[in-house]
Amino acid sequence: MSQSFSPAPQLDGDALIADVLIVGGGMVGLTAGVALASAGFSVIALDRAPLDAQLDAAFDGRVSAIAAGSRRALEGIGLWNHVLAQGHVAEPIRDIRVSDGDSLAFVHYDSRALNDKKARSASAPPSEPEPFGHIVENRTIRAALAARAKELPNLTLLAPAELAGVVNEPSHALASLRDGRRIRAALVVAAEGKESALRAARGIAVTRWSYPQTAIVCTIAHERPHGGIAHERFLPVGPFAILPMTDDHDGRHRSSLVWTEKTALVPAYLALNKADFDAEVVRRVGDFLGRVESIGPRWSYPLSLLHAERYTDERLVLIGDAAHAIHPIAGQGLNLGLRDVAALAETLVDAKRLGLDIGFGEVLAGYERWRRFDNVLLAGITDGLNRLFSTSFTPLVLARRLGFRAVNRAGPLKTLFMRHAMGLVGELPRLSRGEPL
Amino acid sequence: MTDAAPPASTVDATVDPGEIARFSALATEWWNPHGKFKPLHRFNPVRVGFLRDRLANHFGRDPLADRPLAGLRILDVGCGGGLLAEPLTRLGAEVTGIDASGPGLMAARLHAEQMGLAIDYRETTVEALAATGAGFDAVLNMEVIEHVADRPAFLAASALALKPGGLMVVATLNRTAKAYALAIVGAEYVLGWLPRGTHNWQKFVKPEELRAELAAADLTVGETTGVVYNPLSDRWSLSRDAAVNYMILSTKPL
Ligand SMILES: Cc1cc2nc3c(=O)[nH]c(=O)nc-3n(C[C@H](O)[C@H](O)[C@H](O)COP(=O)(O)OP(=O)(O)OC[C@H]3O[C@@H](n4cnc5c(N)ncnc54)[C@H](O)[C@@H]3O)c2cc1C
Repeated sequence: MSQSFSPAPQLDGDALIADVLIVGGGMVGLTAGVALASAGFSVIALDRAPLDAQLDAAFDGRVSAIAAGSRRALEGIGLWNHVLAQGHVAEPIRDIRVSDGDSLAFVHYDSRALNDKKARSASAPPSEPEPFGHIVENRTIRAALAARAKELPNLTLLAPAELAGVVNEPSHALASLRDGRRIRAALVVAAEGKESALRAARGIAVTRWSYPQTAIVCTIAHERPHGGIAHERFLPVGPFAILPMTDDHDGRHRSSLVWTEKTALVPAYLALNKADFDAEVVRRVGDFLGRVESIGPRWSYPLSLLHAERYTDERLVLIGDAAHAIHPIAGQGLNLGLRDVAALAETLVDAKRLGLDIGFGEVLAGYERWRRFDNVLLAGITDGLNRLFSTSFTPLVLARRLGFRAVNRAGPLKTLFMRHAMGLVGELPRLSRGEPL
Repeated sequence: MTDAAPPASTVDATVDPGEIARFSALATEWWNPHGKFKPLHRFNPVRVGFLRDRLANHFGRDPLADRPLAGLRILDVGCGGGLLAEPLTRLGAEVTGIDASGPGLMAARLHAEQMGLAIDYRETTVEALAATGAGFDAVLNMEVIEHVADRPAFLAASALALKPGGLMVVATLNRTAKAYALAIVGAEYVLGWLPRGTHNWQKFVKPEELRAELAAADLTVGETTGVVYNPLSDRWSLSRDAAVNYMILSTKPL
């Protein structure tokens, strides 16, 4: 049985042996690799793209809002110190301001208002409230993952490498790669993102629809500091987010924009010259940050919702966007994936400590039961928010403005929203609570 | 003795291929998490966890260590498809599994072989085994005593198979109205978790009766722990409520 604590993947004839094979080395897949290897499993993670391509500044221009619960999990698996070591310290989000188009009504979420001592991490100084989360550049997370992976002798990264197929034997799965290498593992984790080939190969159906929206992502430099405030504006075409980033090396204040736009119009916006593009940015951002200009490349991401009908199959489990992709309206997609990782790591560690086969269906069913509710809930909330806000139909506009006022006044409801944004609602995995596995 | 354990590979040597196919199908059924043993698989982690923790505690081990039961010789009475024997073996124990059902044992043997686990499965009775003076560190009678004809004799033989200082664990069903409602009406008739006729309520035993019988077998009787099912979360957990499922620990004096 391949379930002993082995220092590094071993050879069986011509096959590499590991406890777990992770297919897809994106942010979720590699975090799973780091979490499971930190917990003592031997892990092989593969990606079809070469690793250094993913670390390239042009590969991914997004930033991610890492919720408080996710940050604790990243601390627990030795990753957060690598994020901090990447030169750009993560920018704490102290305040989230949600506003409705041009109206002045907005919900104001101030992390100082959250007086829950339990929610504070031991690492935060006692006088400082725990921020909602931190804005971290995706490439910083990817670089931190690569650095942490190097510290773990029981985590092997194969990239570029592509899967040819997987067959299940009674005690393990046997995967073959296109280059002829073979890998045997007790469990295969599918983390290949929305277009998961393993999910399709097992006939796992998905619920899926595309939004008629595409997100334009770019970085802006601005005259005045942002004060750690994240802004989410609901414009008629879709949400527009301004996320506080760290200053760059020249000391310029920066924020990241996630600008949802009608898909048909996006190519035209992307093709604008800098002056015209900046004028469009200023029209949407306003003047509260002083002078504003776009810096660096522009990226675009078509938006869709996807949810897998089941997360498991024989010796297979889906995590991250392979299982669920949601509208980025609330900045929660990666956070959901990180909660999948924390729950999966805990499920597998507990199973191993009970001497159970970690690829066994009943073990995997426990992971699925645990994660399904949270994932479905957020898919529903973000879809609903997007529909509610991407409209100028008067009764809905009125309803959401009244809703804003009500949320602002109702203390407990607001606290619940805030805690959800922090990833602190529901039955939390030990890692997300800041506890060891 | 387990020292002379027949190697698992005798499965292939002594049985004809048609039979092997039948055992293999049976093993697949035992180990199918969505099949007819699904309720048992859902129940299994809580009892494996209980056994691991109590055995580790009794023998001074860290339950969360890599192989907390390393070197302990454990007798699993009524081992079925090996749902307990396999995890306990991975936790380091040297397990002997006995069962009266030959085909069931062959299925268990085949599955252990497929999983690369060395488990000594034998078609015998605890009485026959005890007569040879087998000295086990622990004897597990999990969900078997409600099926035996002469319980006091069975418990006495189990005690005999134990080393002085060894631990015996008995798990069974209480003879209460609630157990009748849940284990027989609920599990067998309404939910169809178990085949009808699996249990005979007359054979269920109250904890105080069982404690007296264990004491009569010269064992020092310890804690009683209940196991309860929460239908909302679909999970089993340990509890002080012993009205339906419960487990009793006892030790053989040195
Ligand atoms: C505009 C935008 C903004 C967002 N903002 C936020 C935010 O602020 N906060 C947040 O939490 N989330 C955010 N998200 C969501 C988040 O980015 C995703 O949920 C997350 O990146 C998913 O990671 P993943 O590793 O599951 O999948 P991916 O990032 O899709 O990674 C999949 C990996 O698998 C590899 N792969 C694919 N197929 C194969 C194969 N067959 N063989 C081998 N390798 C393969 C790919 O090369 C890739 O590396 C945002 C999303 C968008 C679009």
